[in-house]
Amino acid sequence: MYTVADLKKGLKITLDGDPYLVIAFDFAKPGKGQALYRTKMRNMITGSILDRTYRSGETFEPASLEDRKMQFLYKEEDHFVFMDNQNYEQYRMNEETVGDAKNYLIDNLPVDLLLFSDKAIAVDVPNFVNLRVVQTDPWVKGDTSGSDSKPATLETGYVLRVPPFIEEGELIVIDTRTGEYSTRVKG
Amino acid sequence: MNWNLARKAVRLGKRAEILHKIRIFFITRGYLEIDTPSLIPAPAIESHLDAIQAGTFYLQTSPELCMKRLLAAGYPRLFQICHCWRDKERGSRHLPEFTMLEWYRSDADYNDLMLETVELLTDIAASYCEKGFLVVNENRIDMNGEWSRLTVRDAFRLYTKTSMEDALRDDEFDRLMTESIEPYLGLTQPTIIYDYPAERAALARIKPGDPSVAERFELYVAGMELANAFSELNDAKIQRKRFIQESQVRAARNAPTYPMPEPFLAEIDLMPPSAGIALGIDRLVMLLTGAETIDEVVAFTPEDL
Repeated sequence: MYTVADLKKGLKITLDGDPYLVIAFDFAKPGKGQALYRTKMRNMITGSILDRTYRSGETFEPASLEDRKMQFLYKEEDHFVFMDNQNYEQYRMNEETVGDAKNYLIDNLPVDLLLFSDKAIAVDVPNFVNLRVVQTDPWVKGDTSGSDSKPATLETGYVLRVPPFIEEGELIVIDTRTGEYSTRVKG
Repeated sequence: MNWNLARKAVRLGKRAEILHKIRIFFITRGYLEIDTPSLIPAPAIESHLDAIQAGTFYLQTSPELCMKRLLAAGYPRLFQICHCWRDKERGSRHLPEFTMLEWYRSDADYNDLMLETVELLTDIAASYCEKGFLVVNENRIDMNGEWSRLTVRDAFRLYTKTSMEDALRDDEFDRLMTESIEPYLGLTQPTIIYDYPAERAALARIKPGDPSVAERFELYVAGMELANAFSELNDAKIQRKRFIQESQVRAARNAPTYPMPEPFLAEIDLMPPSAGIALGIDRLVMLLTGAETIDEVVAFTPEDL
């Protein structure tokens, strides 16, 4: 059980049955008056934002969330299927919940799945992922146009800018935190 | 190098300059600078102010009680700049340890202090304004000496759908004050709201002719509370009764209760009609240096230690 004194950015609580992440918090108190605790929270399932003000004495249930090591199995229509490495249980997530992570999901990629009441609500991919370039225009030797990058399409369908020397079929490293090209895989 | 600390140099310089200007303002007006103990056996008893215990004593939530004992002993004009402590108060405008300016005047009431407070504010602000205006967010605040005032009752009438009396009855007074009134006060010029409900001013004199309110005011600039003032209550019997009422509210909300400040109660009948005010120095510095949070105007926050 949390009290208002525990409120801070990053706290995860249960509200009306849903998990919420506190994304902004401030303490307010009119002169000589009662303290008020103003929060902005994001529903971790729907993404909707909620403003709530609490007073001293109010309490909250922690959100019972669990991080589990899994691997990405395959995509089936608009669902992504993951499997728990320990007990082989499978979890499905829709494209919207997967979010930007879909750009990096290749078969057997190890991921962290966040579970709430045994439902997968977020997926965390490794900071660096190796992906193959499936389409990019060849680099014309002697090109002096000064362009220092060109578009490339990866095996997941993700399109990003890469250096001109990257060729089709090459394996490159992507920084998933920024979504940008990091380096080419050597060897 | 601690970059976060180093980058505060400009603001900390201005803070020192502001403190210096404040001292000149009061010394020029014949006020005596005084320094009373931070560690006291009994804090002023107020429903929603929690003191931090230190051994068998407490860290002061305000120097108010000692300042009034000095008034009762015949000191006519006093000011003090000191640290005060309020337990569990931490936010973008609150630190549990903060700096307070308090000044007290005998043979004066809260009307006199309204004038003097605006004079202090405009005097200090002059060097931090552009053509006499302070720019905070999108608001241009006239600091040339113009100011406005309205009663708390009128503020509820103007900014909320309820009355001050109904808000008190429904325990909505503080929420409405914080969310519907404060953000709109002092956006074009310093604004004072005055005549607070009597139960919200345990150490203030009841207004003659209207026992439902006390002679208390608050100063707002850019939606931020800067100062709180009273015509001081100098009747020990009434003061004791109000402290008991505040203690009962504290007990009802399971908050710690405090001992009666007996030496203070023994002397306040001798206090001449007086007025006193407390102004938050950190917030004043925030306002004059364009800081968005109180963290930016102090060298260290509790989290930095």
